[in-house]
Amino acid sequence: MKKNTAYLLILTILLSALASGCGKAPGASSEKGGNREILNVSYDPTREFYAKYNELFCAYWAEEHGESVTVTQSHGGSGSQARSVIEGNEADVVTLALAHDITAIEEAGLIDAGWMEEFDCSSSPYTSTIVFLVRKGNEKNIRDWDDLVKEGVEVITPNPKTSGGACWNFLAAWAYWQEQYGGNEEEIRNAMKMLYQNVLVLDTGARGATNTFVGNGQGDVLIAWENEAYLAMEEYPGQYEIVTPSISILAQPSVAVVDSHVEEHGTAELAKAYLEYLYSDEAQRLAGEHYYRPSNEEILQEFSEQFDLHMNLVTIEDFGGWNAAYETYFNDGAVFDQIYAE
Amino acid sequence: MQQIVKVKNKKGVRVIPGFGLSMGVTVTMLSVFVLIPLASIFISAGQLSFREFMAVVVSKQVLSGYRVSLSCAFLAALVNVIFGLILAWVLVRYDFPGRRVMDGLIELPFALPTAVAGIALTYLYSDKGWIGSLFAKAGIKIAYTRIGITIAMIFVGIPFVVRAVQPVLEKLDIQYEEAAMMLGAGKVRIFFKVILPELFPALLAGFGLAFARGIGEYGSVVFIAGNIPYKTQIAPLLIMIKLEQYNYADATAIALVLLLLSFLLMLIINSVQLYMQKFSKG
Repeated sequence: MKKNTAYLLILTILLSALASGCGKAPGASSEKGGNREILNVSYDPTREFYAKYNELFCAYWAEEHGESVTVTQSHGGSGSQARSVIEGNEADVVTLALAHDITAIEEAGLIDAGWMEEFDCSSSPYTSTIVFLVRKGNEKNIRDWDDLVKEGVEVITPNPKTSGGACWNFLAAWAYWQEQYGGNEEEIRNAMKMLYQNVLVLDTGARGATNTFVGNGQGDVLIAWENEAYLAMEEYPGQYEIVTPSISILAQPSVAVVDSHVEEHGTAELAKAYLEYLYSDEAQRLAGEHYYRPSNEEILQEFSEQFDLHMNLVTIEDFGGWNAAYETYFNDGAVFDQIYAE
Repeated sequence: MQQIVKVKNKKGVRVIPGFGLSMGVTVTMLSVFVLIPLASIFISAGQLSFREFMAVVVSKQVLSGYRVSLSCAFLAALVNVIFGLILAWVLVRYDFPGRRVMDGLIELPFALPTAVAGIALTYLYSDKGWIGSLFAKAGIKIAYTRIGITIAMIFVGIPFVVRAVQPVLEKLDIQYEEAAMMLGAGKVRIFFKVILPELFPALLAGFGLAFARGIGEYGSVVFIAGNIPYKTQIAPLLIMIKLEQYNYADATAIALVLLLLSFLLMLIINSVQLYMQKFSKG
């Protein structure tokens, strides 16, 4: 019987050792030479792009430095990904949907201030915009934001409180009516209210909304990331059309090195190179192929047939930056809540 | 009814060994997996002053979230009690080919990731889906309404009722029914006067578990609910929204109220059960 107890004790110790071993984040053991590891925490729609980009970068790094690198990817809603990093996910780099989520990590003390100036174009190596995805034939004749508030039009867009993409959607719509009504706040609100009254399902994330529209056949129009819309077109050829509204917003997904983690892991130089290489011609072209708009003007022109480059795009700066936008529109009790409460 | 077997003899030596070890494991497991996480909710919610706490939990949107979660979970638990009883009855009282397979299927909602269940249910019950399109013809929308939420909760709750009722039904001596029949009771009377009172505590327990599960259910419901504020937004989604906004204190405040509601519910059900037991003995 004593023997049994001893076995049990050993088993318990082994199990707890195993459990603590599992808790170790990937990348933590990357200091030793040979195979180096970094973890890229990103958001939902970049999955396909980064899978390809990692191959490109690893080949480049092996050639330049003779080291093999493993990049681990993690994807999810931009906000929850940022939260996971704040709560202890040992990311070396973050590539998220909007600067606001990276600012949240900065405020948690993990990223040094001034990360936006660390890389070109406000640390946005590629951009995107917000477009409409409609079903083939465009039965409801949807051409612009005005058409979305018409009676009987069913709109699918995620909840800006849980989805970074949805914030861009909201602001793009706001920008349109701002222009229409010359800044008359009451009329803009009214239009926004009508828009959200037409929203059939308010998913928690951009991918969820795409699934609701494409997979479950709900709604007449999906307000979506341009790259998501193209992806849906590619996967279901001939079933959907993209409609570009007269006004939209320049969506700038941001990237940053998680300074305190790379210091710990000794991956500072590698992480920086990983993000810098996003601006190389090859990577920019790859981004374009995955329907992101390259930040390099010349390469963007190569894709002029794919993208509507004549759209009137506002930027987040027109709303006074993310902090101001959150305070005015998305925080508890702000405009978005009021639209539903009224 | 139950008797705790005395494990100590006069000398203070336990007949069955391992009390110390098993008790140690029990206390550790309970602490690590239940008590400490629960305590952290209290601590986190404690960051708010009482006034702030109340402002969060009685705000209109949160109240409507509770309303949606509670009403749908209640309805789902009620449906589960009725159909769970029938399911358990069929599985226990009848022998037919495929009974064991059917018995195994009952547990599937436990094993299936809730998100998978949610996506599958939405696919079926949306107005373009197989089942949903039939109802759509009659003008009834299921997915993206409270009916859809209730259906998801029925799905995740059904095993609780079946598994609670089954063992009691198995032990229920068929002689009682025979005796009642000999004494001239009709089938309906036998069911309500002989069988149901015996099953009632188990049904109540199953109801409580299914109800509590429904209140807390997020994974499957979030897909089939339209998540429209004031209409189809469940309380757990509101917690997620607060978390997404890095508002941990508010999120735990909402969670705390949910927790208290569930606890209260279990307490009531347990007291009713206790009362019933005394009553049936006396």
